[in-house]
Amino acid sequence: MRVSPGLSSVSLTVKLMRAVAGALLLAAICGCAAPTPWVKPYEREHFADPIMSFNRDPVSSTYLQHVFETREGARGATGSVGGGCGCN
Amino acid sequence: MQLTREARGAHTRCAAGLSPFTRTLVTLCAIAAPALGGVLPEDRADVLWHVYKGGDITIQGPSVLVRKKVGDNLSLSANYYEDMISSASIDVKLSASPYHETRRQESVGADYLHGKSTYSVGFITSKEPDYKANTSYFAVSQDMFGDLTTVTLGYRRGWDQVFRDIKTPQGVLENDPTFHRRADHRGYSLSLSQILTRNAILGFNYELLTDQGYLANPYRQIRYLSPGLGPGFTLADQVYPNTRTSYAATAQLKYYLPYRAALTGQYRFFHDTWGILAHTVELDYTHPVLRHWILDGSLRYYRQGAADFYSDLFPRANYQNFMARDRELAAFRSYTVGAGAAWQFAMPGVPSLGKNSINVRVDHLLVDYSDFRNALLAGTYGAGNEPLYKLNANIFQVFVSIWF
Repeated sequence: MRVSPGLSSVSLTVKLMRAVAGALLLAAICGCAAPTPWVKPYEREHFADPIMSFNRDPVSSTYLQHVFETREGARGATGSVGGGCGCN
Repeated sequence: MQLTREARGAHTRCAAGLSPFTRTLVTLCAIAAPALGGVLPEDRADVLWHVYKGGDITIQGPSVLVRKKVGDNLSLSANYYEDMISSASIDVKLSASPYHETRRQESVGADYLHGKSTYSVGFITSKEPDYKANTSYFAVSQDMFGDLTTVTLGYRRGWDQVFRDIKTPQGVLENDPTFHRRADHRGYSLSLSQILTRNAILGFNYELLTDQGYLANPYRQIRYLSPGLGPGFTLADQVYPNTRTSYAATAQLKYYLPYRAALTGQYRFFHDTWGILAHTVELDYTHPVLRHWILDGSLRYYRQGAADFYSDLFPRANYQNFMARDRELAAFRSYTVGAGAAWQFAMPGVPSLGKNSINVRVDHLLVDYSDFRNALLAGTYGAGNEPLYKLNANIFQVFVSIWF
């Protein structure tokens, strides 16, 4: 049985695609594998303390952020969303 | 449980017609999904009164924030905020007249927890007589790598309407019927929180903001030299670009000290297409004392360069295509020193309210402008030779927090 050059080329492409897909899958599995946490859950009691929160009192920090944002040219990357002006 | 059943059902339905490769990926996703988990914010209510006094402006008002869980996976929040403004600022004295007005802002938000993912949505609406703003936002947050890392992606969109108040012959303020502009805003953010050691945590925020529309302040004006006329300058309308894109990145490092105290260092870099380059450095220290007190102290330093089209005094009328004299676009340095105290107590006779606090915070702000002069003194010193302006302001906050 003769195999046409075109069919051989398709077969090669399929093999190549499978190889690439396999490599991608391997990379995905390796990439998704979570590294061993170097700080164990039982070593994280300090992070449960409210003084270690980046935003302990949102009502206060949001207000202070608004005060700065209306008086400065810089804005953003503060982790809060504001609205309106109140800036004259 | 319901979510797990749905995931399994989807897997069964789809698996029959899929290639081995896709089936493997779907299986991986189905295995990974039930392993996800996270934490919603605590239920609490805060009632705050704020006062800002400085530069002949007084702004004060309440802010009420309530957050409550509904079931195990949903947390709802609502905020009411008010600014009662009484202003006779240097800008107002130069080109307008002192005024009183109130800005009211309401917001609602929801956080939905699914495994280790948290989906957040919210809407904010703000109204004052000459400015209306609506903002909506969406964010998705994911805990990963043994909960040492949290990554958050956010998007926000804002729609503003800008009006200009004029005084009628009867002395009543009303919107100028010939002036109604719009401004649209979009924001894209990426945040990362990383536990580094058992005592240190790193935070990183990046945000890209774009604006389009009317971005100027309709009351403020530029001034240009006009020797021999009045104080030596003439006022004219500002001309702003209609677009702006800004980039900001913040890095925070928080460290737990051996004697139960926390130290935070923070740096923010900012740049935008108007040519403003800014740096912010902040240091915060938190120290619990006795059994019921938490004391806070903070230092903040901010420095920015002027926008490309800013000038305190332009050489002549129509000097360039864009012209501004808003002092927020000037070059300046600012220094803020703050201190706060919180007293924690249990509500007597109400076991469910075992954690409450009364908080006081005071901040002093000094803004030292490098190229914004006190134009009100032009008659004495001559236009362009007036002393540089300095703003001194005190910021007070008193609030009560209740966890329930």
